[in-house]
Amino acid sequence: MTVSTSVKLAEELPEVAILTHATAADWRAAITLAGQALVASGVTTDNYTAEMVAAVEDLGPYIVIAPGLAIAHSRPSSAVLRAGLSWVSLATPVMFGNKKNDPVSLVIGLAAPDHASHLGIMSALALVLADADALSQLTEADSPARVREILAAIDKKSSQDPPLERKAHS
Amino acid sequence: MKIIAVCGMGIGTSVLLKMNTEKVLRKLGIDADVEAADIGVARGMARDAEIVLTSEDLAAQIGDVSATVIVIDNFFDLVEIEDKLTAAID
Repeated sequence: MTVSTSVKLAEELPEVAILTHATAADWRAAITLAGQALVASGVTTDNYTAEMVAAVEDLGPYIVIAPGLAIAHSRPSSAVLRAGLSWVSLATPVMFGNKKNDPVSLVIGLAAPDHASHLGIMSALALVLADADALSQLTEADSPARVREILAAIDKKSSQDPPLERKAHS
Repeated sequence: MKIIAVCGMGIGTSVLLKMNTEKVLRKLGIDADVEAADIGVARGMARDAEIVLTSEDLAAQIGDVSATVIVIDNFFDLVEIEDKLTAAID
């Protein structure tokens, strides 16, 4: 995926899209916080927040894809204004009902207007979420500014890394 | 070989699973197409795929398909993906 290195996650997450050590009574409240942060940064309208909650009601807690991590999202719709992310770390982890990966301490809200325009963001996100050290620092970060600082350091590091080998395809 | 990564909406978790699966396949030197799909179209797409990757909550909803359905617990555990893929391919 050649688009991957062009997206900087710190630039995709303004401070209004980040909540640190937030309090949520349950999974619905946690997803709602992620939805409100998407609305605050102009990525979605309020309807999208309800769609993200409905997605879990309909399909189950499959969005908890790694220990402690939920990717709250729904499908492309008129409630999505542009591709974007929000970031909510929780003071007290909450149960989503996922057998393997509960409880959740980090909820990432994700919105995409179609199936393609968010792929650069997804590559950048995949890079951060695969980095266990970075992820534990990010979960402990106690302010939106600190989260953005850590993300910017990762963006900088990844842009200095040599590109993935592509010899097989050239 | 064709592999499908399935999630509820086809834009979020399946895309992350597809990216991590492609990393594992590159490491293993296996040539395969990995496509992300939502649960609604996954059954149809699974007809001409060898392997379907998804989460436990969605595996039951895919139902009876000829492809091997692999449940991934941690989408960022490349070792888990590699072990389960290798076992399915051998």
